[in-house]
Amino acid sequence: MTATAIRIQESPLDPAQAVVNHVLPSGEPYLLHFKQGQTLRIVDLEGNQAVDVIFYNAQDLAEHYSATDTMLAQGGIYLTTGSVLMSSEGRPMLTIVADTCGRHDTLGGACAAESNTVRYALQKKYMHSCRDNYLIALQHADLALSKRDLVPNVNFFMNVPVTADGQLTFADGVSGPGKYVELRAEMDILMLVSNCPQLNNPCNAYNPTPAQFLVWDAQDV
Amino acid sequence: MTPSFDIPANPPGTQPVDALSVWQRFAPDLPAERVMWSEIVPGGCHWSWVMPRGSRLRMVALEAGANLSMVLYHAREKLERYNMPDSLKAQHTAHYTRGHVLMSDMGRALASITADTVGWHDPLGALLDAERLHAKFGDQTFHTHRNSMFRGGKDGLLIEIGKYGLARRDLIAPVNFFSKVAVDAEGRFQFAPEHAPAGAMVELRFDMDTLIAISTAPHPLDPNPTYAPRKVGLAAWKSGPADAHDFNRRFRPECARALHNADMAYL
Repeated sequence: MTATAIRIQESPLDPAQAVVNHVLPSGEPYLLHFKQGQTLRIVDLEGNQAVDVIFYNAQDLAEHYSATDTMLAQGGIYLTTGSVLMSSEGRPMLTIVADTCGRHDTLGGACAAESNTVRYALQKKYMHSCRDNYLIALQHADLALSKRDLVPNVNFFMNVPVTADGQLTFADGVSGPGKYVELRAEMDILMLVSNCPQLNNPCNAYNPTPAQFLVWDAQDV
Repeated sequence: MTPSFDIPANPPGTQPVDALSVWQRFAPDLPAERVMWSEIVPGGCHWSWVMPRGSRLRMVALEAGANLSMVLYHAREKLERYNMPDSLKAQHTAHYTRGHVLMSDMGRALASITADTVGWHDPLGALLDAERLHAKFGDQTFHTHRNSMFRGGKDGLLIEIGKYGLARRDLIAPVNFFSKVAVDAEGRFQFAPEHAPAGAMVELRFDMDTLIAISTAPHPLDPNPTYAPRKVGLAAWKSGPADAHDFNRRFRPECARALHNADMAYL
């Protein structure tokens, strides 16, 4: 499958039938297990919020989402309807089955206190960050996951184009209030989320906002 | 400079060791008294070294279309490692050339690109894994082909990092030196065949004590239908760490801060 710029697809799923319905405030971490065949929806409730997500194989936590394997398998960088999120073992983890935003990033990574010192200013290191969120979630969960497992992630609702001359740009968001993306699990998944607390980047209008997570059981076909 | 790619004969057995000094053949401008070691890495092979802060690694494509995949870890604390997204977004780039800094996940410069005749090295294309290798080229095993067997970059790097106790979950996105993968307006990868000519050169300066592992297997997006990995010359030499007027330090303010953060680990 070849990546194209934008593939908008609405979902028929009814939120009243969801088995998980969780609103995550801005700046918070979240860990969630869901099963092969279940469908996850992430909703950008107020628009242009970065939802930083790493997926793990729930049966083998050493197998994680791989940004490079995903890009290599689809031959391009943008994630949207039809994109298959691949693991570090080259196996399909999740498929994007619906997307009303149309573009998600997997090059920009997750913010960290240390990378904030590089990107913005040395004294920014005490501000809250996604990788601190990941670490506190993993420390409390005690799942045998650690910093080594904080691999390049998906930034849902972020638009990070690459130009023909190889520049990485941070463009205005293509998301908006209520836009969502839906992923069908192709294996049992542990999902690690940071609802990004970044206050130094115009990508979210300097205003981190909540995100909503819904899960539906496998649909009868 | 006209590089000569002939591998010299083995030295006489009376020499105490058989380490060949081959750097003059592809990097004759290096100051002899500062060269630490040199090697010719055959295509499709893999190795690893610990590079001290203040050392440099000259890499020379000895045949057109070479690819050298490299992963980098802080030698003393291997949880600290090259981070592709952090490096790209800090420098607003999706390719590497002279001036760019390869940054760790801890906001420090692991290595800086100090010289480059190519202009574009690939941080996106990842590694040739066994499945893609077999689908593309078929099988060529040790049993039938001895040391001409096929091995992809992923398996080569897994062997190398395994020598230091690192496992498959520790294998990171590499830098593919000498390869170019552009991105079109639709987001699709465009691989540039035979991007680096014979004699193409790129050089890294290590800003921290850094474990590097390399593979010279083909790039996973190389459309060449035959498995044809190319050899690469390596020469390590001592240059000292980045000074106050360093080109990389002044390339972007983000590079200056990453180099500052590395300097702070060596006070």
